[in-house]
Amino acid sequence: MNYYTAKNNQRINLSDIPTIDFETFKAQLEMTNLRPIGFFGADWGENIRLFAFLVDDEEGEIFISSALLDKNAKEYPSITKENHQYHIFEREFYEQFGIKPVGHPWLKPLRLNQDKHEFFEMEGEEIHQVAVGPIHAGVIEPGHFRFMCQGEKVYNLEIMLGYQHRGVEDLMVKKPSNQLAESICGDSVIAYNTAYSQVMEALSDTKVSIKAKLIRAIALEMERIAIHIGDMGAILGDIAYLMGKEVYAVTRTLVINTMLEISGSRFGRGLITFGGVNFDIDDELSEKILSVLSEVKATVEKMTKAALQSSSVMSRLEKTGVVSKETAQELNLVGLIARSCGIEIDSRFDFKDEFYQDFEKKKFSATNDAYSRFKIRYKEVIESISFVKKLLKKLEVVKDDEILVEKNDLISNSLAISIVEGWRGEVVHIALTDENGKLRRYKIKDPSFNNWWGLSMALRGNGISDFPLCNKGFDLSYAGFDL
Amino acid sequence: MFETLKMKLVQKKQYIPDIQNAQMRSQFRGLPVVKDNMCCACNQCVNSCPTGAISLNPLKIDLGRCTLCGQCKMMCPNGAIDFSNYYKLGADKRDKLIITSETTKEEFEKRAIQARKEIYSIFNRSIKFRQVSAGGCNGCEMELNASSNANFDMGRFGIDFVASPRHADGIVITGPITKNMAYALEDCYKSVPEPKVVVLCGTCAISGGVFQESTELNREFIDKYKIDLYIPGCPVHPLTFINAILDFIRK
Repeated sequence: MNYYTAKNNQRINLSDIPTIDFETFKAQLEMTNLRPIGFFGADWGENIRLFAFLVDDEEGEIFISSALLDKNAKEYPSITKENHQYHIFEREFYEQFGIKPVGHPWLKPLRLNQDKHEFFEMEGEEIHQVAVGPIHAGVIEPGHFRFMCQGEKVYNLEIMLGYQHRGVEDLMVKKPSNQLAESICGDSVIAYNTAYSQVMEALSDTKVSIKAKLIRAIALEMERIAIHIGDMGAILGDIAYLMGKEVYAVTRTLVINTMLEISGSRFGRGLITFGGVNFDIDDELSEKILSVLSEVKATVEKMTKAALQSSSVMSRLEKTGVVSKETAQELNLVGLIARSCGIEIDSRFDFKDEFYQDFEKKKFSATNDAYSRFKIRYKEVIESISFVKKLLKKLEVVKDDEILVEKNDLISNSLAISIVEGWRGEVVHIALTDENGKLRRYKIKDPSFNNWWGLSMALRGNGISDFPLCNKGFDLSYAGFDL
Repeated sequence: MFETLKMKLVQKKQYIPDIQNAQMRSQFRGLPVVKDNMCCACNQCVNSCPTGAISLNPLKIDLGRCTLCGQCKMMCPNGAIDFSNYYKLGADKRDKLIITSETTKEEFEKRAIQARKEIYSIFNRSIKFRQVSAGGCNGCEMELNASSNANFDMGRFGIDFVASPRHADGIVITGPITKNMAYALEDCYKSVPEPKVVVLCGTCAISGGVFQESTELNREFIDKYKIDLYIPGCPVHPLTFINAILDFIRK
């Protein structure tokens, strides 16, 4: 096994990463049980350097390896054939560099030229197709869904995205900024901005204060609380339990308005910056956060109890959109959805920092269905509220720390990786610098990149009318996928 | 069922009664306050701005490009730039969004959105929109959804988002308009029956925002069709959105 072993938020010299011949590289990826979190190419003079990032969730280690491919190469043997977890990474690589993975079972671009490609079709007298999108009925982002149905029953759902493609990775290289990082995926502002800031800090060897890290962690948990509560409301809204929908929506407002008091923006924009944070949390604000969160906790507990007592709610949630643990593992699902399928991965605990090692990772008894996806949100809201309380206590100890430190220049020929557990799951940012200390490649992986395929599998065998319920349970990002 | 009904008693009234005079928290970054006489033209604000919204001599901020991140305020050594918590930021002309030393809250409120006779006579205080996200990051989309929740409840003023362009009086665009969405956006616009209005919602829609230098955008739509309302913000606050629409359809 020829890897460089790294930790989260660490700077690595590019020369330390082994470059091995492609055959060995491929064999390594096919054989391993490690989970891929990055597989992408970068222009490397005459060649394309293909990087692979694998993680060992139990040990909290990242394994990095690379291989060179000729820029004029037309094709290479696909890795997906042996290890299905690479199916989407290879499609992305093919789209970005035009080198064809031969033997890939479903080689379509992810984000470009969608119109020119066929859908996965089913034939038969009673089979009909339902096409939805890109513009949907609600106020949501665009994407196209193609259902293959017999009557009400869905046999396959193919999801075609790319409508939101704004060329973010190129923009990040050209003109990186915190404001751009925040706007990649506007519902995960804190997660994205933290990941970007941590990558830049690792690359420039900037040490931010404990206080700034604590404020980031508090904001991240508050983001999780707010969005989870909103989603619980949205799930209940889609099964016409309107009391739940409205109560959760107004409870979410309390949390994001508190965020506004911290940072001047309801979603925490402008709070986090390369070098620390822009706004402090003083004693008064800390009290305010605590009192709001206890109110939120009481309402969420009451509302959840009332909702789950209702048999009409339970009959819609239970056994709807089941994704088995095996499927979830095969497709490499991550984050909240993986946990709702019984896979205990959570990068807050797996890649521990100085705060989370004191917190306990509690097991969740997954039922793999829509109920499981509702229940895990409830569990995480309650957990996160207690984390915020503990983090605020830690904040008292470091009251006199600076919140913002002077940032250094980026160090040349380096690579850094940052994994942040946003509310959806792991947000991965990877950045490479060139010999002048400028960014040469920026790679982002949203949890939705993996999880859209989970939604597709959840729909199989279900009625098409359950699609909104499943979709809300996953609540995936279009913008984070399309970049 | 009784548990569910009990929640209603616990929750009580949640809506904001007077939405046009709602109190905004003081920390909110709204209408910029610009003082040209305090500007030393050091360029620090211009360099820190991610979208190129600031120009000097005289000091001006283009609210159509500004993401309200507050970076310029932090960089300014003389305090020439500040952000008030004034949230009614909508305007009916693009050039009204340029904020100078002369701009005050009262003056901006008076001139930003002129009542149009035909708008009132056609829509008669009720307007339905089809929302199109064309590269929006889900920030503005979440805030537009929040505009219909029990707190802001814009439905009580006759403002709603509808599921089909055929049922709509106009479209609300969010996002910088990507190449991949350009066709669908125009298609949707054409499906709205005449007469119709176009509202640009959020900094990205108005100017491209942080994405303005992207090669993956296609903003022809903006030049091709008449824009009736510009609502800046990153993302647009529900109060900003609702008040802009209320001003737009008033008598």
